[in-house]
Amino acid sequence: MINLFKIKGQKKEEAANSNGGPPVKKQSPGELRLHKDIAELNLPKTTKISFPNGKDDLMNFEATLRPDEGYYLGGSFTFTFQVSPAYPHEAPKVKCKTKVYHPNIDLEGNVCLNILREDWKPVLNINTIIYGLNLLFSQPNDEDPLNHEAAAVLRDNPQKFQRNVQMAMSGGYVDNTHFPRGGGGGGGGGPCYVLCFWLAPPTLAPNANHCTI
Amino acid sequence: MASPDAAAPPPTEPERWRDLDMLLSRPGNLVHSTFDPSPVLRDLIGSYVEVLVVGAGGLGCELLKDLALSGFKNLHVIDMDTIDVSNLNRQFLFRIQDVGKPKAEVAAKRVMERVSGVNIVPHFCRIEDKELEFYNQFQIIVLGLDSIEARSYINSVACGFLEYDADDKPVQETVKPMVDGGTEGFKGHARVIIPGTTPCFECNIWLFPPQVKFPLCTLAETPRTAAHCIEYAHLIKWDEVHSGKPFDADDTEHMQWIYSEALKRAELFGISGVTYSLTQGVVKNIIPAIASTNAIISAACALEALKLVSGCSKSVSNYLTYNGLVGTHIKVTEFVRDTDCLVCGPGTLIELDTTSTLSEFIKMLEEHPKLLMSKASVTHGGNNLYMQSPEVLEQMTRPNLSIPMFELLKGTPFATVHVSGMAESNGKKVSSLRKLRVAFKGVEEASKMDTTESS
Repeated sequence: MINLFKIKGQKKEEAANSNGGPPVKKQSPGELRLHKDIAELNLPKTTKISFPNGKDDLMNFEATLRPDEGYYLGGSFTFTFQVSPAYPHEAPKVKCKTKVYHPNIDLEGNVCLNILREDWKPVLNINTIIYGLNLLFSQPNDEDPLNHEAAAVLRDNPQKFQRNVQMAMSGGYVDNTHFPRGGGGGGGGGPCYVLCFWLAPPTLAPNANHCTI
Repeated sequence: MASPDAAAPPPTEPERWRDLDMLLSRPGNLVHSTFDPSPVLRDLIGSYVEVLVVGAGGLGCELLKDLALSGFKNLHVIDMDTIDVSNLNRQFLFRIQDVGKPKAEVAAKRVMERVSGVNIVPHFCRIEDKELEFYNQFQIIVLGLDSIEARSYINSVACGFLEYDADDKPVQETVKPMVDGGTEGFKGHARVIIPGTTPCFECNIWLFPPQVKFPLCTLAETPRTAAHCIEYAHLIKWDEVHSGKPFDADDTEHMQWIYSEALKRAELFGISGVTYSLTQGVVKNIIPAIASTNAIISAACALEALKLVSGCSKSVSNYLTYNGLVGTHIKVTEFVRDTDCLVCGPGTLIELDTTSTLSEFIKMLEEHPKLLMSKASVTHGGNNLYMQSPEVLEQMTRPNLSIPMFELLKGTPFATVHVSGMAESNGKKVSSLRKLRVAFKGVEEASKMDTTESS
């Protein structure tokens, strides 16, 4: 297997010419896979993506959604993506930076989307997640809530829910919690809402809402 | 009380090595084709082989002891952790007075005290902190790690040294074998990775089962188990109360806070079973470690390392699994390589003129018979040279298109480049990620001539 006499020779050679090339940064397989995901992004027209650390840091980026239908029409919601070197074995960490009144997003920005946690699979990608996030705004789900109050209002009184969403997006108070205008800038201090939504992976048959077994 | 360390006098030198010398000095039917039995083989191994042990925990302690007793005399050990009191039951090189000290340093010291003639260099740092060249000095890297991420990193470093010749055959001098051990409770594995010959860690990474994660809404709304209560405190309650302050699993105050919050929640929902040690286990993803599993797996790894350097027997081919849960079950499975592996595969050789621009290079990929790749995005060593999408990155990287590749790759004669795009596979265009070996025509010869003249 290893030839010891060759090693003896090698050691001498190494000592003779120790002219190492310029050090090259090690790119993790996860970074490479992400490179492919990003290069192939097929963003819906509601979604813009930005890279705050420049073109060479794809592992940390932001996606801003401007829903073009439903309760959240007119709002703007920014999500931060943190991708680990173990991607795609591990799902990216996604948080909602914008404080939002939503049954499936809490006031801390935690997002309850099944493919971000228990249903993540390495065949899924950034496109799938962005698709899932868009779905959260077109079809908020009252069955598996992170923001219990918002979910209850959506279930029992959709018109009031609509008014609350509008109130939150125009920079008002809902249930004594203040929301920034337009769904706008970054999330301030204070608690956020947790969001819980179930999306069947696109490779499988539609099988949503399997939270409460 | 007398320390067990001081009790027995060490065996005399010839006696300690008697069995090993028999193994290394006699021929046999099951030996590797390169095996050259000799009474001085042990000395040769001791003098010329340097082994790196990655990790000085449960497996690492066993590995250092086993390797030192197998004739290896030049060892290095790297570990970023310090000793915790909970390690002492199985990490047998550590004592109560060592708590808080670096694992690598204490482990190295203890083994050197017990096995004369062995030199162990400790490295108390993260594996990513070392220069890549650090890893090149070793003939074998033995892994005693507990995470996929760390294994993947070392694997990509070791495979990064691998070079292929013009016929896509691995160049033997550049092969850096690894022996990877792993344990989880009663189960363990030992595998031999010979980059370019046997599958690397990345070739089979998809075989790992996904981590168990609870739905956030279950944690928030309908907790049913003690673990749900702990994860609620850890993932939701912490952020709610400590706006922005990051949670540190190694800070006992933080852990204590999670425990008391989890306990409150468990009482609220009438759930029993929340304890401090369960809290630690859930938050840090700890699976109870069994000392004998570590011993068995480490023994298999040390033996494979000895076989690799001496050829005194054939290597395991190539993945041994051990399960001691019901009875004892050991099985060896031959995993297969992914020939297109981005980490250990040869990639496709592309020859360029030093004047070829990035846009000419991308055009070449479309016409290359092995690739037929359209819409290629190009990355090299963490620099995104060109991105087809999204628009914001396309704009930022567009100026590179007219720059020669030789300049973008900083004037090196050879470089590994990765490209993503639509490539042809079995007559269909599919989205692909490929490794390329770029070589510049005429450059290598010139630099060789330079060194000849100057020396």
